[in-house]
Amino acid sequence: MTTELLPDPSMGIDDARARHDARADGFFRGLIGTAGIFVLLSLFGAAAAMLWGGREAFQTFGWHFFTSTDWDAVRHQFGALVPVVGTLITALIAMLIAVPVSFGIALFLTEVAPLWMRGSVATAVELLAGIPSIIYGMWGLFVFVPVMANTVNPWLTTHLGPLPFLGPLFRGPPLGIGMLTAGIVLAIMVIPFISSVMREVFLTVPSTLKESAYALGSTKWEVVWRIVLPYTRTAVIGGIFLGLGRALGETMAVTFVLGNAHKLTVSLLEPGNSIAATIANEFTEADSDIYLSSLVALGFLLFVVTFIVLAIAKLMLRQIERREGNV
Amino acid sequence: MTSYAEKLYLRRAAMNFAALAMSGVATAFGLFWLVWILWTTFSNGVSAMKLSLFTEMTPPPGSDGGLLNAFVGSLMMSGLALAIGTPIGIAAGTFLAEYAKRSVLGETIRFVNDILLSAPSIVMGLFVYALVVKTTGHFSGYAGALALAFIVLPVVVRTTDEMLQLVPNQMREAALALGVPQWKVTLQVLYRSALPGILTGFLLAFARISGETAPLLFTALNNQYWASDMSKPMASVPVVIFQYAMSPYDSWHALAWAGAFIVTLFVLALSILSRAVLRRAKTL
Repeated sequence: MTTELLPDPSMGIDDARARHDARADGFFRGLIGTAGIFVLLSLFGAAAAMLWGGREAFQTFGWHFFTSTDWDAVRHQFGALVPVVGTLITALIAMLIAVPVSFGIALFLTEVAPLWMRGSVATAVELLAGIPSIIYGMWGLFVFVPVMANTVNPWLTTHLGPLPFLGPLFRGPPLGIGMLTAGIVLAIMVIPFISSVMREVFLTVPSTLKESAYALGSTKWEVVWRIVLPYTRTAVIGGIFLGLGRALGETMAVTFVLGNAHKLTVSLLEPGNSIAATIANEFTEADSDIYLSSLVALGFLLFVVTFIVLAIAKLMLRQIERREGNV
Repeated sequence: MTSYAEKLYLRRAAMNFAALAMSGVATAFGLFWLVWILWTTFSNGVSAMKLSLFTEMTPPPGSDGGLLNAFVGSLMMSGLALAIGTPIGIAAGTFLAEYAKRSVLGETIRFVNDILLSAPSIVMGLFVYALVVKTTGHFSGYAGALALAFIVLPVVVRTTDEMLQLVPNQMREAALALGVPQWKVTLQVLYRSALPGILTGFLLAFARISGETAPLLFTALNNQYWASDMSKPMASVPVVIFQYAMSPYDSWHALAWAGAFIVTLFVLALSILSRAVLRRAKTL
């Protein structure tokens, strides 16, 4: 633009209009740019607000906060170890079940099922991924916990309890609630997520690659194991991490079935706790500043862990998006 | 054929058969749980259905009542959350698709937005607690709506960004060649073309927040009585379900199942609707 800023009497109506448009464009850009920056800020704002809210706990307990199993509202002693371990164990159980099952579902829906079945089953799985987690929690509490208490837990205790190394994991009172139940409910919840990501990723494999393998006489399984999976490896891991992120941060599905017990046990059948469940159960009951601050500090921990997991997921999934863009 | 080749062939065929059979078993296994959960919700929900659900307040412990205040609270908070989150989300999505594009800033915002999209919702509740509840000193419906708005935001940003990127470049070029300023191109050409897609984002966000419990637990809290004042603690269906399901009373359990059934139906209906809208958008 060479037009000067001062109004020029010889300026035609077009110039005025161009100037008006430029101003309006600048305003519009500024407005939506602000909204864009707001998205950035909301994530960092959330992190900062929780770090600030948890500062009292971090200051009071220091590194001890991460290693202590204390959780005593009366003596004002709080440590994050029990909920952190609980979160990790339930998420681990969930992933051990969900990953192979999701892989099977993705394989079935991309290679095995008859064509007419693929679309509808995939849609059904995706719809189920949208069911609120509180429904899973309620089902867990009213339907699944009795099954665990009456059938599964006693069976595990009698058959796996006497084993030398794994045994202690499966000894305990048949309450039904506990780490194992929470892990299974979480697995059921994340299966739709992981399997739909895997399915989409598998669909990106160029058919020329698969057909070449078939032409050399490969069986379907060999094509999946040696062509599809190596081709999509990073994205598959990304999908798994996405599910892990969900499992770590899930609140309602586990709060119902975990039992809210602040003690560290070897047994998976004993009640335990997780970060999200602790916050959900105790936040409104927190009667001292340090109690509240400890809960917010737990939230900050959860945030940091899920941020890392989701960032890894995102970076790994990005690779396949980029490749897809180039093909 | 030598016997070695024959054996190898048989082993590969057996492996193939076993793997494919296992994939079928895995699918049946996955669907089995989900069908079981849906069935439980539906059968318990239908038997707890009654008209007074929609005409009476949530009852005191052990007695009978409805969920009217929870429905109203949920609708008001969801409505406000959508009213806050959707415009900001559309604006930010437009910024990503039309201005920031593949720049470092754009990719950073996309990255952060994707993390927000899957971040634990309880974290958003804590954030709004620190931001609003702590500063104002009391729980309120506004705080609940704000926490939900932070869940709406990334969903709308993501869909708006994706849908605007699907609009053919010729449309932008044709409009710009006529001398239309870019903001007008965006508002009058691009939005019109991407509208069904953006609507999908709105519906998905609505479905997502309808069942959200964790962010409301310590923002909106709960309220047993009629409350249409959003500056006070407010009831919502998911929080009432949580509270009632954890209680020892059978009548409360029945109400919790009824609430769970209605929320599930609502969420499924919204998801199906959003799919229908998206499919129509893609065929156009």
